[in-house]
Amino acid sequence: MEDQKVIVDKLSSKSKDARRKASNGIFHGLVILFSLITITPIILIILNLVEKGYRQINLHFFTQIAPDSWDAMQAISQGKLIPGGILNGITGTFMMVGMASIIAIPLGIMIGIFLYENGNKRYANFIRDITDILQGAPSIVLGLIAYLWVVKYITHGFSALAGAVSLAIMMLPLIIRPTEETFKMIPNTIKEAGVALGVPYHKIILKVMMPTGLSGLMTGILLALSRVIGETAPLMLTALGSQYVSFDITKPASAIPLLIWNFYNDPNLVNLIWSSSLSLVAMVLALNLISKRIASKRK
Amino acid sequence: MVNPVTEIKKPVLRIQNLHVSYDKNDKGKYAVANVSADIKKDQITAIMGPSGCGKSSLLRALNRMHELYPNIVTQGKIFLNDVDISKLSNIELRRKIGMVFQSPNPFPSMSIYENVVAGYKLNGIKQKKNQRDEIVEKSLKDVALWNEVKDALHKRGNFLSGGQQQRLCIARALAFQPDVILLDEPTSALDPVATSKIEDLLIKLKKNYSIVLVTHNMAQAARISDYSMFMYLGELVEYGKTKDMFTNPSDKRTEEYLMGKFG
Ligand SMILES: Nc1ncnc2c1ncn2[C@@H]1O[C@H](COP(=O)(O)OP(=O)(O)OP(=O)(O)O)[C@@H](O)[C@H]1O
Ligand SMILES: [Mg+2]
Repeated sequence: MEDQKVIVDKLSSKSKDARRKASNGIFHGLVILFSLITITPIILIILNLVEKGYRQINLHFFTQIAPDSWDAMQAISQGKLIPGGILNGITGTFMMVGMASIIAIPLGIMIGIFLYENGNKRYANFIRDITDILQGAPSIVLGLIAYLWVVKYITHGFSALAGAVSLAIMMLPLIIRPTEETFKMIPNTIKEAGVALGVPYHKIILKVMMPTGLSGLMTGILLALSRVIGETAPLMLTALGSQYVSFDITKPASAIPLLIWNFYNDPNLVNLIWSSSLSLVAMVLALNLISKRIASKRK
Repeated sequence: MVNPVTEIKKPVLRIQNLHVSYDKNDKGKYAVANVSADIKKDQITAIMGPSGCGKSSLLRALNRMHELYPNIVTQGKIFLNDVDISKLSNIELRRKIGMVFQSPNPFPSMSIYENVVAGYKLNGIKQKKNQRDEIVEKSLKDVALWNEVKDALHKRGNFLSGGQQQRLCIARALAFQPDVILLDEPTSALDPVATSKIEDLLIKLKKNYSIVLVTHNMAQAARISDYSMFMYLGELVEYGKTKDMFTNPSDKRTEEYLMGKFG
């Protein structure tokens, strides 16, 4: 009797094992399938860009300004590489994204902290709603707003400053929400530990909470950067584009995505879109990977 | 036989008619109701009572922690060595009254060393490096953590065990050389070995510090405290020598609590 029961138990546990194995198999299959579906477009995009763009990528591509159409035509007719590069785009992008960061990062963090401090008060919810609307607003509309505010009234013409303001407006909500979420995740007892040591509240925020949530803040900032670095539409209405390297924030400036658009519209330069896009994608990818690394280090 | 030395010492804290309410609109509902007591110097005073009876609320009134939350109202007076604590600045008060929390809460962004001297650093109190080194070494030795971490002082403390982290938090409170240390169930998140280490530590510390300890654990109160308070529904029901209270409680509710009838 005893022995029989043991055998029955063993049998039933065997069939359970088999069923578990089968469902595990299906699950693994699905995981692989879904991973393939999501990764294929990315791989294809990168392969395409590399295949079509790698020939143009050399030192000149990063140290020289965009060629004019005539030079490009001549080079093409002689079977040479298109001369020049995207230096004016690179400097313009760095200048405008940099200025946008100077505006949006401190402001976004301050508003995020304000929302955290004021939790569920009515006006905090109002600001949260506005932030969500801002995040959902089409970027070209934000460009229009920067045009109205800055191009018309401040710089009286297309300018890098206007471009930076449009990018800053885009970055704001992307920094505000992660800041609030990061602060909310920090246990209250960490804050109370500071209070119990007699530390003034603003110093607790600056010297305890901010360093504790640093990786969360960094993740938000890097994702915001990677989001705006490829923006084209708002810059068309604000920075316009420029053929030269210029660091005057009251003058028009170029940007990598603006160059891509220019190249696309010029039959002699159209071949440059691949190498330019490849550079842009590489920058966005790098920012994303860094922010993922930082995020995964958080416990 | 009472020890004459402890009897003539002045109380370190005097609590007079203390009320704490979590709802400033409903002043009739008190988490701590009209508590008056003198806390003896260089002794361990345990606060016991069932969950929700107001132990933490009482403890947190002693270093004005409640001020962090605008909804909380405290009334009554508390004197620290004859000085009304409401007259002290935050930093003056909290240098004299340190606090240790239920779950260990070292600052995650700081090294072990920085954690110990966090009170000085965050308040911008300037010190020479060797002064700081001394404070770190002494505080960590006081909590019996020095030998375990002396080679990792500049690493973050997240590799420490829960008990070690809690001892680090005690060291952080000791670094200010306070008069009083408040502890709110400091061992409830720890295993028995880590708990007994902290209990030994508290017994050693009472030579130089007055200790107020909230505990759920009657055996712990019996093991290490000199005086005990029993609270019930916000009231201080009974307060006296721990030995007397455990052998001969004077209030029926204390007796029932000690016999495990509730809580
Ligand atoms: N933040 C708060 N807001 C509102 N009421 C609170 C708050 N904290 C505590 N209370 C109430 O105050 C009373 C006393 O709570 P307190 O935390 O002081 O009890 P306790 O004795 O420490 O309990 P425990 O043993 O569970 O820690 C309880 O009735 C509780 O519900
Ligand atoms: Mg409590």
